Amino acid sequence: MEGEVLVDVRNIKKYFGPIKAVDDISFQVRRGEIFGFMGPNGAGKSTAMKIITCFLEQDSGAVRVAGHDTLTESLAVRQKIGYLPESAPAYGEMTVTGFLEFVADARAIADKAAAIDRVVDMTGLENVRYQTVETLSKGFKRRVGLAQALIHDPEVLILDEPTDGLDPNQKALVQDLINRIARNKAIILSTHILDEVERVCNRALIISKGQILVDSTPQELIARADNHNVIKLELAEGDKALAKRIEDQNWCERVIRQTETQWEIVAKDRENHLGEVMDLLEGVAVTSIAVQEGRLEELFREITEGVCA
Amino acid sequence: MSRYTGLSAIFKREFKAYFATPLGYIFLVIFLMASGWLTVARDFGQFLELRQASLVSFFSYLPHIFVVLVPAVAMRLWAEERKTGTVELLFTLPVTLQGSYLGKFLAGWAFLGVALALTFPVVIWVSVLGSPDWGTIVTGYFGSFLLAGAFLSIGMLFSALTKNQVVSFILSVAASVFLLSLGLPQVLEAIGSIAGVGGYLEQLFSALSLIDHFQSLMRGLLELRTVAFFVVLIGGWLGCGMMLLNQLKAS
Ligand SMILES: Nc1ncnc2c1ncn2[C@@H]1O[C@H](COP(=O)(O)OP(=O)(O)O)[C@@H](O)[C@H]1O
Ligand SMILES: [Mg+2]
Repeated sequence: MEGEVLVDVRNIKKYFGPIKAVDDISFQVRRGEIFGFMGPNGAGKSTAMKIITCFLEQDSGAVRVAGHDTLTESLAVRQKIGYLPESAPAYGEMTVTGFLEFVADARAIADKAAAIDRVVDMTGLENVRYQTVETLSKGFKRRVGLAQALIHDPEVLILDEPTDGLDPNQKALVQDLINRIARNKAIILSTHILDEVERVCNRALIISKGQILVDSTPQELIARADNHNVIKLELAEGDKALAKRIEDQNWCERVIRQTETQWEIVAKDRENHLGEVMDLLEGVAVTSIAVQEGRLEELFREITEGVCA
Repeated sequence: MSRYTGLSAIFKREFKAYFATPLGYIFLVIFLMASGWLTVARDFGQFLELRQASLVSFFSYLPHIFVVLVPAVAMRLWAEERKTGTVELLFTLPVTLQGSYLGKFLAGWAFLGVALALTFPVVIWVSVLGSPDWGTIVTGYFGSFLLAGAFLSIGMLFSALTKNQVVSFILSVAASVFLLSLGLPQVLEAIGSIAGVGGYLEQLFSALSLIDHFQSLMRGLLELRTVAFFVVLIGGWLGCGMMLLNQLKAS
C-alpha cells in the first residue's frame, strides 16, 4: 500500500476521570486503505474516532489529517473528513433532502443540488427523499448518515460501527457501498463483527482497554489464528502407526486424535502442508480431508481474553 | 473561514426547525392569546374609559409572558442536540462553536421577533382608538425585542447545561424570574431598608434590573446606556453558555 499518509495518529491519550479510554495509540492510514478498527465494547474505538474528527481533544499526543493538525487547524481537518457517528444521529424533523441541504450548506458546497443528487443516488435514497428522517427505518437512517458523510466527497471517511444493528441484507448493502467508494480515500471503520473486517478491510487493528494489541492485515490475522491451516482428516479405520509417522515429520506440531478415526493435524509454522500429508496417506483409506482457514473470531478471543477478563 | 463559520447554515436550519413541528405554531398561538387577552380583555374597560391610545399596558405584561414562554423557545436549542447525539454531527462539521451558538441564538431571536411582529393588531387597535404616540410604540417594541433576547440568552445557557429539556425549562424560568424580580419596587424597597449599605444596594440592583431598563424604553426613552446594558447582558450569557457547552458537549 503506497498511498500518502492521510491520517497520522501519534501517541494519543484520553482520560475520562480515572478511565483510560485511549491509552497511547499510534497508527497511520494511507490513501487506498480500508482500516478496520476492532475491539470489544468500551475498547476506546469511538473515543479515538471522536479525537480524529475534532469532536474531542486528546489529553496528549497529536493527530494530523491530510497534513492538518486537529487541534490547531480543526476546521481544515473537518473539511477533509466525512464522519458517521455511532448510531447515525440526524435531525428527525427534517426531510432527507432538507437534512442533506443543511450539511451541504455547513460545508459550503457550491453546487448543492448536484452534490445531493450524487449521494442520494449512491446510497439509494431516491424513494425517501422527501420523507422526514424520523419516519425512516434503521437501515435507511444509516444510509442517510452515510450520504451526509459522503456529500463533499471527502478524502478521509470515518465510520463508527456503520453496520451495527442492521439486518444481514442491509449489512451487505452498506459493505458493498464502502467497497465501491473506497478507491482514493482513506477509510477507518470500527466494528466488532470480524467477518466484516475480512470482507471489507485491507488492514486491521485490534484495540482493547485503549491500547493497540495488533496492527496487521486481515489475511495475516487469519494466518495467525491457532486453527489456521489445520488439516482435518477422517480415516476409514484407526491407525496409530500412521499418526506417529505424521507426528515425526519435522514440520508437524502434533496430531490431535479426537476419535480413533478423526484427526486434526497442526503444523508448527501454520502453513498449508496438505501435499506432505497426502504423500504419507498413500494407500490409506481416507473418508475425508480438508484444510481449515483460521477465523478472526477465535483470534480475537485469544488476543483480547485476559485483557478484558 | 472565520470565527463564525457555519453561522448562516445553522441559523437557517434552526429557524426552519421552529416551523417544522407543531410546537412553533403552538407557541405563537399561546403567546398571541396571552398577550392579547391580558391587554385587551383585562384592560378593556380601562382602554375605553381612559380613551388611552397607548400600548403601555400591553408592553408591561410582556416581561411576565416572556419569563415563561422564552425558556420554551430556548429549551430545545442544545438539550435536544445533546440528547439525540446530533451535537456530535454538528461539531464535526466545519463550524465553529461561536458560529453555531450564535446561529442558534439568532434563529431563536428571529422567531421571537416573528411572534412580536404578529401582535400588530394591538397597534391597529390603539390607532383606531385615538392618535397614539408612535415613538413609544417603536421603543416599546424595540425594548420588548431586547428583553426577549436577554431571556433567550439565559434560557440557552440552561439548555446547554442539561440534556433534559424539562429541566432546562424549569431552571431558566427560575433564573429569569429571579433576575426580573430584582428590579421590582417591593424588592428594591426591601433592599433599600437594609441598614447602612441599603441605599447603595438599591441603586446597584436597580442599575442591574432588567425591568428598569425595559421600562425606560417603554416610556419612550432610547438611551445608549440602556442598549449597552442589554448588549452586555446578552453577550455575557452567550459567552458563559458557549464555555459551558464546550465543556459539556461530549458528556
Ligand atoms: N463522555 C464520556 N465520559 C466518560 N467516560 C466515557 C465517555 N465516553 C467514553 N467513555 C468511556 O471510555 C471508554 C471507551 O469508550 P468508547 O470509546 O465508547 O469505546 P468503544 O467505542 O470501543 O465501545 C469506556 O469505558 C467508556 O465508558
Ligand atoms: Mg463505540
